Amino acid sequence: MNMANAVREHLVSMLVHNKPGVMRKVANLFARRGFNISSITVGDSEVPGLARLIIMVKGDERIIEQIEKQAYKLVEVVKVTPIDPIPENRVEREMALVKVKFGDQKQELFQLVEIFRGKIVDVSKEGAIIEITGSRSKVEAFIRLLSENQIVEIARTGIVAMNRWNVVEKEGF
Amino acid sequence: MKGSKMLFEALLREGVDTVFGIPGGAIINVYDELCNYENKIRFYLFRHEQGATHAADGYARVTGKPGVVIVTSGPGATNTVTGIATAYMDSVPLVVITGQVPTSMIGTDAFQEVDVTGITMPITKHNHLVTSVEELPYSIKEAFFVATTGRPGPVVLDFPKDIQTAEGEFDYPEKIEILGYKPTVKGHPRQIKRAMELLKNSKKPLVIVGGGVNISGAMDLVNQFLDKFGIPAVSTLMGRGVNPSNEKLYYGGIGMHGTYYGNYAVANADLIIALGVRFSDRIIGNPKTFAKNAKIVHVDIDPAEIGKNVRADVPIVGDVKSVVSEFLKYDFKTDFSEWIEELQEVKRRFPLRYEKGGKFIKPQYIVEKVDEVFPDDTIVVADVGQNQMWVAQYYKFKYQRSFVCSGGLGTMGYALPAGIGAKIGVPDKEVVVFAGDGGFQMNIQELMTVRRYDIPLKIIVMDNKALGMVRQWQQLFFNCRYSATILADNPDFAKIAEAIGIRAMKIEKPEEVDRAIEELARSKGPMLVHALIDPAEVVLPMVPPGGDVGSPLVEAPYDENLVERILSFEKSRGE
Repeated sequence: MNMANAVREHLVSMLVHNKPGVMRKVANLFARRGFNISSITVGDSEVPGLARLIIMVKGDERIIEQIEKQAYKLVEVVKVTPIDPIPENRVEREMALVKVKFGDQKQELFQLVEIFRGKIVDVSKEGAIIEITGSRSKVEAFIRLLSENQIVEIARTGIVAMNRWNVVEKEGF
Repeated sequence: MKGSKMLFEALLREGVDTVFGIPGGAIINVYDELCNYENKIRFYLFRHEQGATHAADGYARVTGKPGVVIVTSGPGATNTVTGIATAYMDSVPLVVITGQVPTSMIGTDAFQEVDVTGITMPITKHNHLVTSVEELPYSIKEAFFVATTGRPGPVVLDFPKDIQTAEGEFDYPEKIEILGYKPTVKGHPRQIKRAMELLKNSKKPLVIVGGGVNISGAMDLVNQFLDKFGIPAVSTLMGRGVNPSNEKLYYGGIGMHGTYYGNYAVANADLIIALGVRFSDRIIGNPKTFAKNAKIVHVDIDPAEIGKNVRADVPIVGDVKSVVSEFLKYDFKTDFSEWIEELQEVKRRFPLRYEKGGKFIKPQYIVEKVDEVFPDDTIVVADVGQNQMWVAQYYKFKYQRSFVCSGGLGTMGYALPAGIGAKIGVPDKEVVVFAGDGGFQMNIQELMTVRRYDIPLKIIVMDNKALGMVRQWQQLFFNCRYSATILADNPDFAKIAEAIGIRAMKIEKPEEVDRAIEELARSKGPMLVHALIDPAEVVLPMVPPGGDVGSPLVEAPYDENLVERILSFEKSRGE
């Protein structure tokens, strides 16, 4: 299989006009072109009136090229920047809040939080809420190490990411 | 100034003098205001919002100006959906203004409330729910600007009732810029140079003319380009009107029902210069075998079209008109006479043909007769299905924007209302509507609109008592099992037209065609010809869906049983 046909996860950063319904338009566009979004985040950007969306989507090179071109067809989209697929060339963060029961593994849990540099942000007799921040793979590794009957609730922010200083930003198309 | 008045003031500033629509509760204030603009804006009332939308679409396709539709909320808005989607697929500029329930009631499932921006999102170039009277002037400007620039398309403006009556400052922007929206007009000089170098070194070049050429108004330039370098050309369904002075340079339509020789040219070319083409599945058949010997130069104003369905060796993002005028600046000697001789030979061996004689009217003959009798600059509007393909094959279009039909969405019922809009747009030209019996019944109510405004439209209903194109597929690919396609119980369309007050004629014998078409051309007012045609005729050649365009079907057995079935139904009814 050559690289162009390889299916992998792509991160795309989009600068959009901050108007009602813009998230829906982007999400709709992706859905109707058959692109699967695995994460989407939105927040204010450095430009007043513009928001930044960070979207993670699965597909091959052809799909990612289409995504950028299709996204530009939305009047609300100002700029599309692909985020470098090489992990060393980008900074990527996700945060999760995990509500856990202590059961009989309280000590192990505290150790795990320590190892992952997590934070205990709420605690009671039965359990705690843990805040864990890092790359998606780190967050997922932490969750995998908890046993299923320990986890009560998980809430994740989705990924925010940007290219490092030394990466020359390419125009989307 | 009230919001509803702002709308009309904005329309005037955009040069709009024609509006199509139907009123309703959530747009009543706008329609009330319309009374104050009666001598500046011509309004056409339709009998169904779909009809109004197709009419605006037909108007836009022949004039190049945006078509404007004003309808009410809820069902008024949802009825425009097919019309909007039709315009979207064929890149037609529309501005559709839908009434909406007052902002305070949005989200409460109020009477005739529907989420218009949600519903129309995937079928509009842009849509917007107006949320305050302050933003209204800008929103209208933006709607027209987006609809008409770059690759044109429909824009929906959802206009809540309380904003129609709200007072505000009317400050209409002359020009706007939208951050991030800047269509590329000029093609990249390096890519243009590469394209011309490929042409210089090519032995078998071919130009594919697409809808973009009609939209950009580049047909004359394209004809010049063909003549200058002696390059043969073909066209897509939307790209009709190619007319180089050297006749040997044009080989008709391509794709599913293209000519044999046109598709042969595509399959055997070593260079394809595609102008304003989106390479739809109906054009390329099997993407793996499409033009496998050719390098492809793809010119389109929409970057998303390049590389979407076929690979492009030389991508040129830009307006076709600008790019072709750059092509024309190049000067070098070319000689493609061997290639043209090859194509001429294929054309002699596999011409477009149909069986003449026999007891039934041949639809192809009607089309040829209309071409012969009507003036050269006639606008021809076709519905969807067999009628559309026969028109596309047998009518020789000589001008840009002279063939109007729903190419991308394939909307049956399009032709009658679109023809009305076209005639309103270019009243000095003849407008002929071709429809099949199936599609005609899908918007037959607009005959009332023809009558109401006495629009001198010439309508030909080619009645084969079937949903003909689907029936043809059943004939060819489903062992003649005609599931739900036979309309042997069709009404007498001439009588329906007469009941409405439109002159009409019904014909069923081949020798009646000439007189009927001549009569149609002479008629000063609207007229309808109901022609009973051969019920078993098929459209050929045909590239089966997903098939190889180089080897289309050129023959199909004639189904006598089908003819028998339809005739015996008539007998059993005592006709």
